[in-house]
Amino acid sequence: MTGETVLALRGVSKRFGAVQALTDIELEVRAGEVLALVGDNGAGKSTLVKSIAGVHQPDEGTIEWQGRPVSVHRPQDAQQLGIATVYQDLALCDNLDVVGNLFLGREIRRFAVLDEVAMEKRSRSLLDTLSIRIPSVRIPVASLSGGQRQVVAIARALVGSPKVVMLDEPTAALGVEQTAQVLDLVERLRDQGLGVILISHNMADVMAVADTVAVLRLGRNNGVFDKRRTSQEEIISAITGATDNAVTRREARGTEGSP
Amino acid sequence: MTEQTPGGDEHRHVPLPEDSMPKGGVNAPVPVAAEATPAVDPRLIVRQEGVKGYLGEFRRRITSGELGSLPVVLALIVIWAVFGSLNSSFLSAQNLSNLSQQIVGTGMIAIGVVFVLLLGEIDLSVGSVSGLCAAIFAVLNVTHGVNQWVALLSALVGGAVVGLIQGVFFAKVGVPAFVVTLAGNLGWNGLMLQVLGANGTVNLSGKDIVSRLYSTIYSSQAAAYGVAVIGVLLFLGASVLDARRRQAAGVPSRPVLDIALRTAAIAVVAFLAAYTLNQYKGLPLALLIFLVFIVVLDFVLRRTTYGRQVFALGGNIEGARRAGINVSWIRISVFTICSTMAAVGGLFLAAQIQSASQTSGGGNLLMNAIAAGVIGGTSLFGGRGSTWSALLGALVIGSIQSGMNIQGLSNAIQFMITGAVLLAAVVVDSLARRTQRAAGRA
Repeated sequence: MTGETVLALRGVSKRFGAVQALTDIELEVRAGEVLALVGDNGAGKSTLVKSIAGVHQPDEGTIEWQGRPVSVHRPQDAQQLGIATVYQDLALCDNLDVVGNLFLGREIRRFAVLDEVAMEKRSRSLLDTLSIRIPSVRIPVASLSGGQRQVVAIARALVGSPKVVMLDEPTAALGVEQTAQVLDLVERLRDQGLGVILISHNMADVMAVADTVAVLRLGRNNGVFDKRRTSQEEIISAITGATDNAVTRREARGTEGSP
Repeated sequence: MTEQTPGGDEHRHVPLPEDSMPKGGVNAPVPVAAEATPAVDPRLIVRQEGVKGYLGEFRRRITSGELGSLPVVLALIVIWAVFGSLNSSFLSAQNLSNLSQQIVGTGMIAIGVVFVLLLGEIDLSVGSVSGLCAAIFAVLNVTHGVNQWVALLSALVGGAVVGLIQGVFFAKVGVPAFVVTLAGNLGWNGLMLQVLGANGTVNLSGKDIVSRLYSTIYSSQAAAYGVAVIGVLLFLGASVLDARRRQAAGVPSRPVLDIALRTAAIAVVAFLAAYTLNQYKGLPLALLIFLVFIVVLDFVLRRTTYGRQVFALGGNIEGARRAGINVSWIRISVFTICSTMAAVGGLFLAAQIQSASQTSGGGNLLMNAIAAGVIGGTSLFGGRGSTWSALLGALVIGSIQSGMNIQGLSNAIQFMITGAVLLAAVVVDSLARRTQRAAGRA
């Protein structure tokens, strides 16, 4: 059920001072596919996400959107292309209600006045579409549980009708039940034809929903695996670098040897 | 938990299980979407119909710390009852009418303070700015004979420029607002002394626009009642229209009983106030202008994109920034509004004593203005509040001062009591916030 490639990274590199955070990263995200991005701490996952989201600009390489190269200089550029990002800290406003948070920054107006009715109606249909259940769309986000806040944050990313959604550790702070809710939601996004990039430390989550698993290690691609044909052990060994063969050894020696 | 639904191609809709945890089991058909059953979360607290429901809802809100303006209304009732029992002249139409005029200056400044408090910041310069702008008007109009409208505009623009400068230092340079405005408090006071010159006091002509703003009282009975009728009708009309639109759109709306009760409560307050004012001289223009400012700015805060952005910034700065809100611009504009409102308040205060002098904007004006906002129910922690708290808070402070003046208490006692009231208000705010946290509402 995966479709055409929506977003592709070609040879993306990013340097911070003396640190080579990303080297020649290749990545393809297809419509209707969940791409899990895994790797150890410091592997470059967050840098990669931020490069796609327009927070950082890659030093080398190109980002292709629906087959043609694009330049993403600011977060707004990424949003306009149709890339929505849900950061780990959610960035919801606790004092605003669910509707206020969903439409923050793109309020619906009628005669220059907020159209609360239209926003509430759209919020309800959006949450219904995603089978998200929250007590009421008119209560402050502060009164929601961690899982509910996470799904509100994801729903907020969908208000702008994106084509690709990036989720940074969406289940990191959640309990079992809430994690299940969020993973269900990820599957629903995929079934609606969106490309989903899921960053996670939790292999169980990754194996549960991902179609493809891309492993980063020390800022480099360390394999892209089709989940159906890969075992969890293989992926973990790619993450930790336990995959031992002549090619990886020669590569490692090359980078260590260069000044 | 172990059940992983493989996706939305599974067209089933399972009613909520007994454990009432909505999860994978309640996978609504995805592509059909919008018209799917508008399921209600079983954990949702649903209000019962009728009076009992109201009481239950009321108790739930209080216990979860959503006090709103309840403490201040209670405080006002207590204060009026105490001073009224001590001396019957406190609740006379004359005293209450005068009170309604005396609070306007402080109240106008407090409206601006509410804006800054909503960001979770503070402006300590409002007292000095109010004095400076009064001095600008008085010197231009009286000493230099400038046209009164030009002088009025200059004073307001002066206030706006002060706010702009402070806002830029806060938002762009990154100096804490507390420090910027503390420096401003001293600096603008110095500038005011400079503007006033050697004489130190400039008496207003008594015929200029500012004096008349304060001294004009519409003695016709129809004026006060008319304003009350218009206010009540506006509220009723807006409520009914909103409920109709909501019903048409199929989203929950206020029940008719709710609208009726609210309208009745507002009508009682409005007509009691109008009756009291008419017992004395009539409707003071200053009070009318104050109310217009409150209503208009309340609308701006609650119903416009700008207001929503102010609240968002008070809730989560990083969240607001990621939502594409121009944080610097909102901050600068809020400080500009605050200083402009301080200028407006300063003009009313100058009109009250018919002069601009070296003591203008000094004394406990700054504390009173900030206290009015906080006492009225606007949170010091940002993100919660309303311009109406300026009216309520100014009423509390004005009532205490007026009552103690009637009792002949000295300034020393007045300061101590006002200080205690402010402390009590902040304690209520902090406790409410803690309760809200505990009840998951902050």
